[in-house]
Amino acid sequence: MNKFSLSLLAVLVGITAVAQSQETFGGQLHGNFQLDGQLYLRDEAIDPSGEFFPDERFLGQGYANFVYTQGDFSGGLRYENYQNVMLGFPEGYRGEGITYRYLQFKQDNLDVTVGSFYEQFGSGMVFRSYEERGLGYDNAMDGVRVKANPAKGLYLKGVLGRQRFYFEKSPGIVRGLDAEYNLTEFMPKLDSLGYRWTIGGSFLSKYQRGNDPFLVLPENVATGGIRTQFTKGPWAVQAEYAYKANDPSSDNGYIYKDGNGIIVNLTYSKNGLGLIAGAKRIDNMSFRSDRNGSTIDMLINYLSPTTQVHTYALPALYQYATQINGEEGIQLEANYKIKRKTKLGGKYGTLISANYSVVQSIDKQFVDPSNDTLRTLQGYTSDPLARGDIPYFHDFNFKVSRKVNKHFKYTATYLNLFYNRSVLEDGLGDEAIQINPSNQKLLNANILVFEGLYKIKSKHYLRGEAQSLRTQDDRGSMAMMLLEYSVAPHWFFSVQDIYNYGNPDADQRLHYPLASVIYTAGTSRFQLSYGRQQRGIFCVGGVCRVVPPSNGVSFSLTTSF
Amino acid sequence: MKNILTAFTLLFAGLSLQAQVLPSTTLKTLEGKQIDIKDAISTEGPTVISFWATWCKPCIKELTAFSDYAIDLEDEFGAKVLAVSIDDTRNSARVAPLVQGQGWDYTVLLDENQDLKRNLGIVNVPFTLVLNTAGEVVWKHSGYSPGDEETLAEVVEEVAAGKTPSH
Repeated sequence: MNKFSLSLLAVLVGITAVAQSQETFGGQLHGNFQLDGQLYLRDEAIDPSGEFFPDERFLGQGYANFVYTQGDFSGGLRYENYQNVMLGFPEGYRGEGITYRYLQFKQDNLDVTVGSFYEQFGSGMVFRSYEERGLGYDNAMDGVRVKANPAKGLYLKGVLGRQRFYFEKSPGIVRGLDAEYNLTEFMPKLDSLGYRWTIGGSFLSKYQRGNDPFLVLPENVATGGIRTQFTKGPWAVQAEYAYKANDPSSDNGYIYKDGNGIIVNLTYSKNGLGLIAGAKRIDNMSFRSDRNGSTIDMLINYLSPTTQVHTYALPALYQYATQINGEEGIQLEANYKIKRKTKLGGKYGTLISANYSVVQSIDKQFVDPSNDTLRTLQGYTSDPLARGDIPYFHDFNFKVSRKVNKHFKYTATYLNLFYNRSVLEDGLGDEAIQINPSNQKLLNANILVFEGLYKIKSKHYLRGEAQSLRTQDDRGSMAMMLLEYSVAPHWFFSVQDIYNYGNPDADQRLHYPLASVIYTAGTSRFQLSYGRQQRGIFCVGGVCRVVPPSNGVSFSLTTSF
Repeated sequence: MKNILTAFTLLFAGLSLQAQVLPSTTLKTLEGKQIDIKDAISTEGPTVISFWATWCKPCIKELTAFSDYAIDLEDEFGAKVLAVSIDDTRNSARVAPLVQGQGWDYTVLLDENQDLKRNLGIVNVPFTLVLNTAGEVVWKHSGYSPGDEETLAEVVEEVAAGKTPSH
């Protein structure tokens, strides 16, 4: 053993001792780390003019989170680094720095956080600050949060601060209060009768200076919401209503109309049966801490979608994105497990599920543009009981999953999709469509997916997918095959190909092959992929970003401790 | 070179030996009741905490594949499985019907603001932890590929027997 490695060993053993001694103080360190990179290759078939090919050729980004907890105190920080930000992510992520840091004190009935935090009121229609790293979405608050439990069943939250805007902060200040009252905890009698009842209310106001030469902008904009959740046996009802005062913004075309939203869900869950019926309507509910903000920047509230999220590659090409300026829709879903050892259920039971969701525009009667003053003030009027006439989206799907024997199980899915490309891809407004409805780009598609999982022997599995998307619209029909081989717990290999055989442009009838290897060891994961990706939309929770076509070698390393 | 490797091994062994207990974090039950994760874990047998979401396909695959094992592990070793959903408030309405429709028998908790996920430094779901009777985290795993449920079942058996997990 030479001198160098001896001293290194001494240092490392020292660090080890320190790491272990942290435990004696009762403190704990948790965290995670992720690094992504891609080497882009010029591919003239998918990108003839090179407009998506990055000058850097290689783009990489990463972050690390650290959270230290000791007794009633905790603190944490995140370091982020974009050199430069990868294709498809918001361009605002450029450079590096500590973007998130906080200290928190928590005792029985009180919880105080200073610095960065994520929080939400109810379903988020009034306020939700959260992050979705895969999407590049992060509207973390920087300020103060207090949570308290002053009486049995009563939970209060207060927030004050500004939101993250990439490496800066939003110009507007956000301050809000939320109260939730769990009546069941307060009245044990309800509990003994089997009722669970929660009510809540929130109020939030944003302040942003307004010095527009033409408009008298409201500098303080208030929103409020009420909500309830009621459960009895297998039944549950959730309802929430929110109101927003006038807030001229670039989203709504600087009109002074107020906004409102309502969401109602009824669910039933018992004995292998789950039913969901939901309805929602939102009108002019875009709310940002910068009235000039766009895309996914500085949103104060969150308007969740009422459509199902698809993870199979072909249905995921046409995902629904919430239309924050107004939409109405319903969702019906049924999940049922046919019991095992029955004729239909087979030896292991069979899962079936059906889902129908539809979203359309709300009724909008636009004010005549010749009446300038009223137009700036209201923009349009809307009758909540009238139906909108522009269809945005519908999805009907049916799925059967069955385990045939010890070695084989399959899932078969059928989907019928309607997708308004003018609204969801091009962001065309209702008024433009009402003026010229024949100009809309629509998509109707039928999709079939068959997925099979075969157990070769203990811990060796082969999984395959065959997908077919048939349509006359947009890029035309596509077919896809995927094969995965996994050796638990470490190795995973995957190859897939999408063939766009029905593209109306014969030169674009391309193959999109992709091969990946993943190695997992405990909480660390390394992924290496090579292939071509078509343009698409990547969505999480109704919030979407456009992904340009690319070709290249990408890697991803994540670990958590 | 070999010595450096030894040193690194020692270092990581040291870090991983650090017994972790769960940081106190409030979650919700499906009935809307607030509960601390520390009060939800078992003191009688091993606890498995599986982080999932209604929109996460590998998570649902893992919980479905593991559900047959879970029944036996519960009977034989007093193990408890907590399926912690990180769905946001809107999607959390979908949790109970989905759990029923899958025929799962897990204790389901909601981490609507993802506080526990953040406190434990979890990047993505699915993510699985195994705790011993003292409430210490003795095994962690990120992601799911078919067959991982077999490893998880083995780990739970080892932990129930008071052994250090071999995987």
